[in-house]
Amino acid sequence: MNLISMEGITKTFGSVVANKNINFQVKYGEIHALLGENGAGKSTLVNMLSGIYTPDSGSIFVRGNEVRLTSPRASIDAGIGMIHQHFKLVDVMSAKENINLGQKNGFFIRDDILTKKILEFSNRYKLDIIPDKKVYEMSVGEKQTLEISKVLYRGANILILDEPTAVLTPQETKKLFSIMNKMKEEGCAVIFITHKMNEVMAVSDRITVLRKGETVKTVKTIDTNTKELAELMVGHPVDLAIRRDKVSKGKVLLEVKNLLAENEEKVEVLKNVNFTVEAGEILGVAGVAGSGQKELCETITGLYPVKQGDIFFKGEKLVGMSPRQIITRGISMSFIPEDRLGMGLVASMDMVDNLILKDYQNQKGFLINRKPAVKKAKNIIKELDISTPGVNNPIRELSGGNIQKVLLGRELGSNPELLITAYPVRGLDINVSYKIYDLINEEKKKGVAILFIGEDLDVLLELCDRIMVLCDGEITGILDAKKATKAKLGLLMAGEKNGKLGDAELD
Amino acid sequence: MSKRKSVVIRLLAVIFALVIFAILIRVMDLNPLDVYVALVKGAFGSAYRIREVIIKSTALVITSLGIAIAFKMQFWNIGGEGQIFMGAFAASYIALNYPELPKPLLLTLMIIAGMIGGGLWALIPAFFKAQWKTNETIMTLMMNYIALKWVMYLQYGPWKDPMALGFPKIANFSANAILPKVFGIHIGWIFALLLVVLVSVFFNHSKKGYEITVLGESENTALYAGIDIKKTILVAMFISGALCGLTGMIQASALNNTLSIDVSGGLGFTAIITTWLAFLKPFFILIVSILFAALLQGGSFIQTAFGIPQAAAELLQGMILFFVLASEFFIRYKLVMNRHQVANEKKGDN
Repeated sequence: MNLISMEGITKTFGSVVANKNINFQVKYGEIHALLGENGAGKSTLVNMLSGIYTPDSGSIFVRGNEVRLTSPRASIDAGIGMIHQHFKLVDVMSAKENINLGQKNGFFIRDDILTKKILEFSNRYKLDIIPDKKVYEMSVGEKQTLEISKVLYRGANILILDEPTAVLTPQETKKLFSIMNKMKEEGCAVIFITHKMNEVMAVSDRITVLRKGETVKTVKTIDTNTKELAELMVGHPVDLAIRRDKVSKGKVLLEVKNLLAENEEKVEVLKNVNFTVEAGEILGVAGVAGSGQKELCETITGLYPVKQGDIFFKGEKLVGMSPRQIITRGISMSFIPEDRLGMGLVASMDMVDNLILKDYQNQKGFLINRKPAVKKAKNIIKELDISTPGVNNPIRELSGGNIQKVLLGRELGSNPELLITAYPVRGLDINVSYKIYDLINEEKKKGVAILFIGEDLDVLLELCDRIMVLCDGEITGILDAKKATKAKLGLLMAGEKNGKLGDAELD
Repeated sequence: MSKRKSVVIRLLAVIFALVIFAILIRVMDLNPLDVYVALVKGAFGSAYRIREVIIKSTALVITSLGIAIAFKMQFWNIGGEGQIFMGAFAASYIALNYPELPKPLLLTLMIIAGMIGGGLWALIPAFFKAQWKTNETIMTLMMNYIALKWVMYLQYGPWKDPMALGFPKIANFSANAILPKVFGIHIGWIFALLLVVLVSVFFNHSKKGYEITVLGESENTALYAGIDIKKTILVAMFISGALCGLTGMIQASALNNTLSIDVSGGLGFTAIITTWLAFLKPFFILIVSILFAALLQGGSFIQTAFGIPQAAAELLQGMILFFVLASEFFIRYKLVMNRHQVANEKKGDN
């Protein structure tokens, strides 16, 4: 018996077909993973279940009845709850107040009864909610649990999780998976969107793979493996191993000493950070989102004020230099934020104008010669397989992945001596991701020092020489990537200091 | 949204404005068609009228170009009016104190003084913005009144012409301080055409123009690219104010032949409208300014020809503006009619 059945769903945005004749069934008591590259149409599909979009054609059945989910309200009434990537919680309210928000249960609220009800509910699903804890005191994992509770408390028995693990440590991910399994036992259905195949293999019962807006196949997890899934996602066989080239280490290029930085609220965002990067080395940086990665990148490149400490590049002091001076020293920084655009690119400008952003100042005279940049743009389009109508279209018209390729193409092509790159493959499809890893490896071979800030621990472990773990602005450990494991990294990401690790190999 | 489509929408907006105004003309017991024909005749019907349109558009073009430079940086320079006054003031200072200098030298000095006067006046809000992130809209707006009252003070006080029999008026410039005419129109129109080309090159091919655009799009990106943000704000605003100041010099020298509180006549504000309607593009500024000047000129003609009150003629300008600005909505958003969906949503509510 299907709890949800989507039949022949098509959704277009202008001339873009996001979903094309998609069939998707979810059964009672299963965890169903929705797998696909960015732009494959996963989010569009579930947004139609959560009432944010309505399909152009096709039908949606819930418990055998056809429904029209024309608003989020209608979707909630149908028992469908969605957990978005960005939490929708009120920071200054407690857990129970957040759960109770928007509930239609009379004008007055009996506080003790509410607490009791929420505790009962929490025990049933093993959610470990502390009813009176304020949201701002919660860790990311706790907030996510609260989001899930909110939806379950409203009576949802179909839960949609949109890339829920992106912000979690491995330990928190494990906890999330146990909650998902508990829900499954209760007969609920869980739809789990991700592009991390290891997680899919670990937790799901069935997997539906989408590619370019169409359903490729629905498979049982026990009948498949990551290699087959990758092939289904991409459409042809792929090699999943990341090369780690052996490069003889050079001299120390970047040295960060006792670095301390504060944000505008005078909260320390980098606490006494010490590390070095050598020529021909990739130093990975692991950590849950918002652990100080952005601030670290920006302090090195002169964009973020340094409170105390020093940064040396080839023995030269960088602190106090202008961003321009740091760029001319051969330091490149590309930070891919969630919206892909961030500070590296100008959305309304075309590719050519974006490519000259950092080197137009090297040209002599009052005017800018754009001809070399046009040539470079065409090369990058070919090399990184960017789909764009032309080099003169505003990059705002490109998709997120293509925008990102423009940025990476520019930064990798700038012949840096120190390459700082944060989340370079965020949301890129597998092929391009591997192309990027190759390009990074090539830079490494040239003797470039690389600071690689990543989110996928598997990639960090395979690509990097050493991995530095940040937690709450502090370095909790620097490990040799060959000897590190995900478990060790996870503990460090959660803030366990070196001492408690016991057998971990420290650098 | 294609470019052609947005142009069509804007043109439609103008047509709608004309239609609505036609109804109004009907109410006044006049034939709308006659009035519109007269409007065009009033603007282009004789050599004199065409000259008047060109003179009006010259000032609008130069001021609009100046404002466009600031707007490109998303620096909302509402202070064109004040910068015109200060440019006119600085040029007049030269004209009144060195009336006997040879004409080319005197005029060159006046132009330089006018541009520096307007530029420095614009530099004040720019400095505060760069240094302390003050709100430039409020500041430039308020500085307009300071500039106006300063000129008024000069006119009624220290610079009052003792020969004017007590009439509050500043002495006329010497003949050497008055811009020469080319084809019967003061030489300012050549400046305007040259500046259209120059500003266009500045925007599209110069480093500073590029920096201004990047800074306008995102301050963070500008910082990341190593652009000196403070310097860029100051330079751009100086140029912006300098162009407005040049307008002031031209108005004082060629039209008023002296400094007076009528030297601007709201140009600084009208230019904001033309700049915006021209999407900050120099060649569009030229076209929009000419059309706008024609509307002003034709508007004053129909007042006298049909006995329409001035307020009614101004209504037409207001209406065109209103419709064009409102049409932005249709340029940015697509209107979708979906009765089916609405009906369903209602069902969902029950």
